[in-house]
Amino acid sequence: MLDKSYQGVMARKNAIMKRSVGIDYDNFAFSKISFDYERMMQEASYTLEEVMAIQREFGVGNTPLKELKNITKLVRKLAKPGKGARIFVKDEAQNDSGSFKARRASLSCYHAKRLGFKGVITATSGNYGAAVASQSAKHGLKCIVVQECFDSKGVGQPEIIEKARKCEAFGAEVVQLSVGPELFYTFLLLLEETGYFNASLYTPYAIKGIETLGYELVKQCEAQTGKVPDVVICTNAGGGNVTGTARGIRQATDKKVELVAASVNLKGLHMASDTQFNRKSFTTGHTGFGIPFSTYPDRSDVPRSAARPLRYLDRYVTVNQGEVFFVTEMLATLEGMERGPAGNTSLAAAISIAQELDEDQIIVVQETEYTGAGKHHNAQLAFARENGIKIMFGDPRDEVPGETIILPKTPELIQAQELDLTHIKKSCIKNLCGEVKELTKDDVNFLCEEVNERETFVLNCLKELNKEVI
Amino acid sequence: MKIKKGSWVQIHKTILRPEERSPLVPEDTKKVPLEMWVKGFLEEDAELGEEVTIKTLTKRIERGTLVMVNPHYSHSFGEFVPEIVIVSQMVRSYLRDDDYA
Repeated sequence: MLDKSYQGVMARKNAIMKRSVGIDYDNFAFSKISFDYERMMQEASYTLEEVMAIQREFGVGNTPLKELKNITKLVRKLAKPGKGARIFVKDEAQNDSGSFKARRASLSCYHAKRLGFKGVITATSGNYGAAVASQSAKHGLKCIVVQECFDSKGVGQPEIIEKARKCEAFGAEVVQLSVGPELFYTFLLLLEETGYFNASLYTPYAIKGIETLGYELVKQCEAQTGKVPDVVICTNAGGGNVTGTARGIRQATDKKVELVAASVNLKGLHMASDTQFNRKSFTTGHTGFGIPFSTYPDRSDVPRSAARPLRYLDRYVTVNQGEVFFVTEMLATLEGMERGPAGNTSLAAAISIAQELDEDQIIVVQETEYTGAGKHHNAQLAFARENGIKIMFGDPRDEVPGETIILPKTPELIQAQELDLTHIKKSCIKNLCGEVKELTKDDVNFLCEEVNERETFVLNCLKELNKEVI
Repeated sequence: MKIKKGSWVQIHKTILRPEERSPLVPEDTKKVPLEMWVKGFLEEDAELGEEVTIKTLTKRIERGTLVMVNPHYSHSFGEFVPEIVIVSQMVRSYLRDDDYA
């Protein structure tokens, strides 16, 4: 009889994971710190051409790239003369499950089917659950989605409840939990009980699936404008969106495309807090995931995450909740596109960053998501107000997450805030080293790749951390 | 009210009591249990509030307290938020010269 206590199950974590993702991560290890990322991506997955063929067959991808002409016009009224880049958006809401997450789910489900698994399980409160449910339906796989959904009073986040509905619409079983990271314990128990495939967001399959998004947006931009985008903006949470998109862009062009990540600023809110759970209006795409996953990618549910955003990022900015709700309404009323708020995080950043660029330059916002009851800017603002959050017009810089939502008094006040990427890179090096005191040359090379910096940067950082290179 | 075997229902159960929770969770979360809700087909006739067995969509057997029969969704677009129409008017006013008068 297996020990089903919290401690008992957590102690079997590695064995359960190895069986449920079909990857032996030890094969790619160099040392305690370093591993061969590119070999993991190549051996444990499919080529870009194969991914494209699979996605074409199962209703994923080839979403339109749309120019936001009216928003661009507005931006040019705010910007200095000659400034205001053309803004395009990749309308990922057109995927069957309503978001780009269909790309991530497509390979996981295809691979699970090929390996002979009867079903898949995923732990997510986000669009990924619906994506796995949708792809499972196509492949005839059973599907369980484990969600963190309610606070201790039984009040559910409307956005998450809507996603539960969508998962159930696609025939999935939804296991809903109250707040807490022990969701992972329930997830492991279910993997053990069912023997299903772990459709983790962080395997090479989940990342390779997004490469098509980066590839498509470059090719579409070239076809529609005659050139590649100058800047691509990705909403960032667990890092997969940035990683997969960047890898796809690199396969589409040798030209420099600046890659910017954007997260909603939820500073001060604890993600595992029962009382703060319903005081936030964004359940993903926020700094509560974005920062910890950037500074330590391997905190995910697999031993080595394939989502490693610092390898690719040029800039990382935040926007506030009020700014994202504002541009969500702007997208509806100026462009006739009603989309979900969380997917518009990168659009809010684009409206700000476009003003730094010249009129002949191009910014691509690389996603939208579906909207509906629960996950609509009206639904989210109404829920916030019910929970005592003050909603007002003013300067978004004065917003206090969990207390206020400040809608910009004028569109000029939409201003993406720069995060210190150097600081984030240093934290990442510190976390990857952990307790290890002596590093090899291979480790140093690995860290250079991990944070996309020269050797001197890494060596200086290691010196500050009192680490020795042997 | 007796709920018939085979009905589509939702159950609730406690996964971890407060004292069993991970040491990593914040203080407020440590004070409350980790709870679970799941739906399935009722395995025997029962009343609301009774301990029951269900078979879920993946044919798993789960036990817990019967909380709802024919569980429905009640999430909506929420109370009207008047600020949204103000945002709409504001951004349209910037393009007034461009057919948005």
